[in-house]
Amino acid sequence: MSSILLQVIVSGLLIGAVYALFASGLTLIWGMMNVINFAHGDFVMLAMYTAFVVWTAFGGGPLMSIPIAAIVLATVGILSYFLLVRHVMRGPMIAQILGTFGLALLLRYSAFWYFGSNFKTLPDNILGPPFVIGDIRIDAPRLLAGTLGLVVTILLHLLLTRTALGSRMLAVSEDATAAQLMGIRPERMQAIAWGLSAASTGIAGALIATFFYTSPTVGETLAIIAFVTVAFGGFGSVPGALVAGLVIGVLEALSAYWIGPVYKDVIVYTLFVLVLWTRPQGLMGKA
Amino acid sequence: MLGRASAFFAFVATLMTFGLLAQANAQETVKIGAIYPLSGNAASAGTFSKAAIELAVDIVNNAHPELKDIPLAEGQGLPGLKGAKISVVFADNQGTPAAGQNQALRLITEEKVHALIGAYQSGITVTTSAMAERHGIPFITPESVASNLTERGFKWFFRTTPVAGDFARAYSTFIKEQKAAGQKADTIAVVNENTEYGNSVASVIREVFAKDGLNITQVIPYSANTTDVQPQVLQMKEKNPDVVIFISYTSDAILYAKTMKDLNWKPSIMIADNAGFNDPSFVSTSGALVDGLINRSSFAVGKPGSVSAIINEMYKKKTGHDLDDPSARAMQGFLTMVEAINRAGSTEPAKIQAALKATDLKAHQVVTGYNGVKFDEKGQNVLASSLITQLRNSVYVPVWPKDKAAGDVKLPYKGW
Repeated sequence: MSSILLQVIVSGLLIGAVYALFASGLTLIWGMMNVINFAHGDFVMLAMYTAFVVWTAFGGGPLMSIPIAAIVLATVGILSYFLLVRHVMRGPMIAQILGTFGLALLLRYSAFWYFGSNFKTLPDNILGPPFVIGDIRIDAPRLLAGTLGLVVTILLHLLLTRTALGSRMLAVSEDATAAQLMGIRPERMQAIAWGLSAASTGIAGALIATFFYTSPTVGETLAIIAFVTVAFGGFGSVPGALVAGLVIGVLEALSAYWIGPVYKDVIVYTLFVLVLWTRPQGLMGKA
Repeated sequence: MLGRASAFFAFVATLMTFGLLAQANAQETVKIGAIYPLSGNAASAGTFSKAAIELAVDIVNNAHPELKDIPLAEGQGLPGLKGAKISVVFADNQGTPAAGQNQALRLITEEKVHALIGAYQSGITVTTSAMAERHGIPFITPESVASNLTERGFKWFFRTTPVAGDFARAYSTFIKEQKAAGQKADTIAVVNENTEYGNSVASVIREVFAKDGLNITQVIPYSANTTDVQPQVLQMKEKNPDVVIFISYTSDAILYAKTMKDLNWKPSIMIADNAGFNDPSFVSTSGALVDGLINRSSFAVGKPGSVSAIINEMYKKKTGHDLDDPSARAMQGFLTMVEAINRAGSTEPAKIQAALKATDLKAHQVVTGYNGVKFDEKGQNVLASSLITQLRNSVYVPVWPKDKAAGDVKLPYKGW
């Protein structure tokens, strides 16, 4: 295998792990509440600006911005739940879609108003020089993002499947009334789900900010990938999002390299349609 | 009886006077619609152009004796319309041709603008100018360069900027000169975003280079709204061309600058076709990663006290940034429109159109480095010109042609 091809695959895996991380927040909300959060991309955008503010105001790198972005976004997530989602959930499906879409626009245009339309980037050497293994170069921010992406996605999965809190959350998603009879408060669990989802999105955003540009509309660019990853991996499945993220990352990289960057979406979406055709619930979703 | 009749006539006469007054008042402002990307991926560039147009409005509406070479700057308002003031209605094209078209329709039918300018992205200028053509409203594009825009047989469409063919010839001559001076320039890659702008400029470059015997070995079209450009950079790393020409908007330009450094690859000559690479937010975020980048420009800040220097200072005071090339061209397009409206002495579309056709601005009367403004029968400014600049410490310095240069070309490309 040529070293360039190997580099393409490594790059694809690293970006795929990040896709997985920011898609897992979206899939978590769906799995818990059957609500699609259209503001998800703009949550990522908010986290990216948080990382940027942490850098400009305190000179803090990712070590500082990741926890701060997680806390800020968890707060935004919980607030969104209590102030908006809880109410629109009582309405028809269309109200949920338009409600979170409205939230997306509110966040996006608030960013335009507050930060302006200029592109921002964090300093290029914020994490030091790239790792060089033979002919393969791995940029430090991407390596950190890819690794942490994997770790956080797996932790999120373990939290849902191996802890009492996870079981309570799953119980609410299975049957809120039955869970309530067992002494679980559905609203509290759902608020925690929004907080967790937004916090993991916060981590993803702070990581992406280290190697991507930040602008008020960056959420739009990233959200499409998140939705595709979630649908591909199976709605509500965190391991599904992980596998789908990695597959999409590598597939995009390979098809862009072999056939050409304008065709990569054709390849990815063809596979996407094929998977949904044979498994409409996605790779790992429940039928 | 007679008393009543005369009272009635007096009343009617009063009404008529008010009516006439109202009409005269209505003529006191000239309304121009400006369609730019104020949200979406090109919002940053669009917002800088908007600031340049607002500055142009200030220059026309208020007295600026220090800029007396620029038509209408010295006095207040438009003398041809009894001192009428200019007002601009900005509309957001959101980065999509459909939104641009809707905004053009709204500006024409609801805002009743007398003329339109815009729309930054060539692909959006296609749809917005078609709307103006249908309603018979004069339209100037100050910055869209796709060649076919002036090939549609439109009667209300004018373009002040130089076009793709002009740059392609400039790049070709420049590369050949560098080759003669001993730079390696045997293989050339063209990397273009795949909407109207990138595709048309890339195809014109391929045509001109083929005629001039320059060897394009790789063409990589891509979507500007992408999350990752690593595969593109690796494709180039594999073939290792001597020269790369990028035709990109801002977000993708930033990703290329970062990714080329991450993957440690650079050509010996790197050329950027304006657009994203001239966005002040590209220069401030990524300028340090692309030192020695070759670019084209129609605007360069001249000696202190020159028109371009004074206007640059005014712009810097307003935005905190130097006046960039696309914004300077936006300003020039706008000033050209206003000058024509003043000469027309009317806001009637047909009269403005006739005045635009008769435009004859000299080199010293324009803000950009054009040799003037004069339209051919297709609406293209035949006196538009551009020069080649090089990025040094995050400032674009004119380096070619020699008579307009402020420094020597320094090659090979340094990068980071």
